[in-house]
Amino acid sequence: MRFRAKIVDLACLNHFSRVINTIAKLAKTCALRLTVSKLYFILSDKVANGGVSMWCELCQGNFFDEFQMEGVAAEHNEIYLELVPENLSRALKTAQNAKAVKIKLTNKHCPCLRVAVELPSLSSSSRMVTHDIPVGVIPRRLWNDFREPSVPDFDVSIYLPVLKTMKSVVERMKNLSNSIVIEANLSGEMNLKIETDLVSVTTHFKDLGNPPWASEDGCQSSAQSRDLESMAEARIDIKKLLQLLAGQQVNPTKALCNIVSKRIVHFILLHEDVSLQYFIPALA
Amino acid sequence: SLCPVHSVMSVCPPQLSLRAVNSSRSAFASFLFAPLFFQLYEASGPPPHLELCRCKVLMKSFLGVFRSLPSLEKTVGKCLILLKPRASRLVVQLHCKYGVTKTHNLTFQECERLQAVFDTQRCASSLCAPARVLAEAVVHFPQTLAEVTLAAGPGGKISLRNHVEDEAEPGKTMVTELWLAEDEFQMAAVAPGSRITFCLKEFRVSSCPALPSPMSPLSPPPQPPLCPQGLLTFAEASNLPLTVHYDVPGRPVIFTLEDAVLEVHLVLATLSDPESNLQPPTANGVSHLPAPSDDFADDLESYMIAMEPSTYEEGSGVPPIPTFPLCIPDPAESDTEEEEEEEERAVLGTPPHKKFRSLFFGSVLTPGGRGLAPTLEVLAEDSDGEY
Repeated sequence: MRFRAKIVDLACLNHFSRVINTIAKLAKTCALRLTVSKLYFILSDKVANGGVSMWCELCQGNFFDEFQMEGVAAEHNEIYLELVPENLSRALKTAQNAKAVKIKLTNKHCPCLRVAVELPSLSSSSRMVTHDIPVGVIPRRLWNDFREPSVPDFDVSIYLPVLKTMKSVVERMKNLSNSIVIEANLSGEMNLKIETDLVSVTTHFKDLGNPPWASEDGCQSSAQSRDLESMAEARIDIKKLLQLLAGQQVNPTKALCNIVSKRIVHFILLHEDVSLQYFIPALA
Repeated sequence: SLCPVHSVMSVCPPQLSLRAVNSSRSAFASFLFAPLFFQLYEASGPPPHLELCRCKVLMKSFLGVFRSLPSLEKTVGKCLILLKPRASRLVVQLHCKYGVTKTHNLTFQECERLQAVFDTQRCASSLCAPARVLAEAVVHFPQTLAEVTLAAGPGGKISLRNHVEDEAEPGKTMVTELWLAEDEFQMAAVAPGSRITFCLKEFRVSSCPALPSPMSPLSPPPQPPLCPQGLLTFAEASNLPLTVHYDVPGRPVIFTLEDAVLEVHLVLATLSDPESNLQPPTANGVSHLPAPSDDFADDLESYMIAMEPSTYEEGSGVPPIPTFPLCIPDPAESDTEEEEEEEERAVLGTPPHKKFRSLFFGSVLTPGGRGLAPTLEVLAEDSDGEY
């Protein structure tokens, strides 16, 4: 099992760091899956997470100048590691003007991801900083826990409002209530509602647009035959929603959510070379 | 830069000094100002009073006068500091724009001499670098880091590494290590293979129960830590190089800043290394590590592999190359002031303040053109609601 990668381009490094920062805000610990062409940050929906799950996919070619991976076995050419993304985020934080950043899987005393940053310096040789991030190797028998979640059979799919606006609305609502109701319909309308004994607040968004989902074998027919005005809603933990919104450092190219009434809200945030899916289950 | 409970200002013609020690006596700092630092320095009064005056001021109150640096820079033309021994008052008078004068009366107490006994001449190793280099080095370590190990490695390189407690599980803590080449330093005279561990940032100061507080009957609230970070900030702003003197593990590390009118010392206790203490290093049978190639870009691989053994042999105490015997420390000083702890005690409790107040006399008092600490920020805010 080997893994070595190198980033030389500062823009790529910056972009990669921002992805890691977003992941770090969403999960304390997560799985990192490495394949020949992609990296995945996965949080599976354990009870410990409050049922939240995350799937983030990056094309390694868009970030790394060098990327070599050898999986656990020839027919399973993948590596699954458990790590604390905050460590990786910290290691990259002060590397933003680096000449090169190398990441390598090592196993001296325990498995680590070694991030070696070569920094410019006024002296004849560069300054070297190494960060040894402890990781856990996830054995093959557990790989099934980290399969890509399927898109749920949603009632409504809608594009999200500008995330910054949404975030500031939710941030203020957080002070009033622990849960928030997201409801939306197929006419491009979305409401964010909180309700307590003392007050109820609703913020209305209009003209958001609904993404067209190609129907496959009519599995989305329930959505197509739906009344356009009818709202699908789910009440979710407001902190989890805020975590998702606050963690976004860059405006995604596309941001949408799929609501399964009273069950789950599935957020999809797409950037050029990164896709992030985040599932928040509805509260009872 | 430093604001523990135990701060002493002593007026000792011809110098003004400010000293502080933390309650566990594992850190001591002193700022010594020559009269030239100030526009006007008068240690006057009737002859009997022209003597050494040592007083203790609650640093928090003192710094409270200078709380908002940016606004002070804009409004204060002159700052006058008067010591009135008979009234037990320290008067700080700020002469501001538009004819406004703000006068602060602080009470002080007479106190004993506060002086840590240390001798930089007796330190086996010393390094001198522009504060910027050290500040840039320190930035790679997390804000909450307790202890860092400074070590002299092969090829004249100096490394800084976060110290991991032995009890901590090896597979749980992230380890960060930074390497600085010898030529980044203005001066590097270090004992090869030497290393010391001291507290970099997190150094909680708890209130000293024996200290009677003139301000309130309650125990004083926890103060911001006393540690190098504040000194680095000060050094960077004043553009002075920082010198680090150290000896064997267990002996204090001394940071100094000097210029014509100011002398600053910060003395910290270091972790003693039970295995390596007093053992002369052996050269027999030790594999010699290849010095890392200067061309890091290509040679990172072998360099990283080569560095492995020394980075993980914590406490083995055997340096990879032959060295001269390390200084054998003298029997412990009898001076009670120098009761450095063998190990730092991070007092748990409320989250520590990581920001520091800085002394910024320079911004209002320096003769024109010195530019000493003009951009120094008062970073720390009180964490308590004592008032």
